[in-house]
Amino acid sequence: MRELTVGDVIAERTVHLTRESLVRYAGASGDFNPIHYRDDVAASVGLPGVLAHGMLTMGIASSVVLAALPADVRLIDYGVRFTKPVVVDPETGADVHVVAKVGVVDEQSARIDLTVKHAETTVLVKAQLRVAL
Amino acid sequence: MNNELVGREFPPTAPYLVGREKVREFARAVFADAPQHTDVAAAQAAGYADVVAPPTFAMVIQDLTLQQLLAETDSGIVLARTIHAEQRFAYTRPIVAGDELVAKLAVTGIRTLGGNAMITSDATITDAAGEHVVTATSVLLVGQDAEEAK
Repeated sequence: MRELTVGDVIAERTVHLTRESLVRYAGASGDFNPIHYRDDVAASVGLPGVLAHGMLTMGIASSVVLAALPADVRLIDYGVRFTKPVVVDPETGADVHVVAKVGVVDEQSARIDLTVKHAETTVLVKAQLRVAL
Repeated sequence: MNNELVGREFPPTAPYLVGREKVREFARAVFADAPQHTDVAAAQAAGYADVVAPPTFAMVIQDLTLQQLLAETDSGIVLARTIHAEQRFAYTRPIVAGDELVAKLAVTGIRTLGGNAMITSDATITDAAGEHVVTATSVLLVGQDAEEAK
């Protein structure tokens, strides 16, 4: 495995989400909560619009990290706190921007700290993924 | 919120057989383009028996345990007022296609803050040999009932 140095950005990517992305995630995950695809239901519970599944955003963030590491790297743990929702416009969609930076390296593992934003707002906090070295 | 949920025994979920196409479908849905998620040869070259599920796939299995929790008539959890606040996965080994997984639910903590309740639950996910694969931890925030608050 390549040398990981604290502070290095190992991956950065912007993923464009559309309503199709949300329907695809609903089907793949089995989470059919209608706030993720119906504007009328989202509005009826006071939301600003249809939201991306938090677990979709969390999944995208780890995908960005794993794509930048060798295929045999083992994940030890991964955790996030969901703070702000990602509103996905029916016409223009939404961009999720992920930056993965090496936070801590010890003899056995490396902690990758993730910054995940939508429209300049942080949507996941304490987003950290640890891999075995 | 019902504090008696902490420590309550729940039966293991029905075995979930992880299919190769399901892993590919899930990988596509979370934009997981590392080759080990979709390409069997690449996965095997990296030491896995078959394609590797993205880390958050464990939520699909954990969800079966959250359904058990919601089905408890005395849980006090109302889905319409519930927000997913936090999620963690602690892996012993990755999930690969062909795994047959069961999950065991444990409610580990309930904290009340004003009228809201934070419920922490673990799904301990094991394979057909009974070996630990991953523990998925969810923190759910259940909002106050508007009627009760009056």
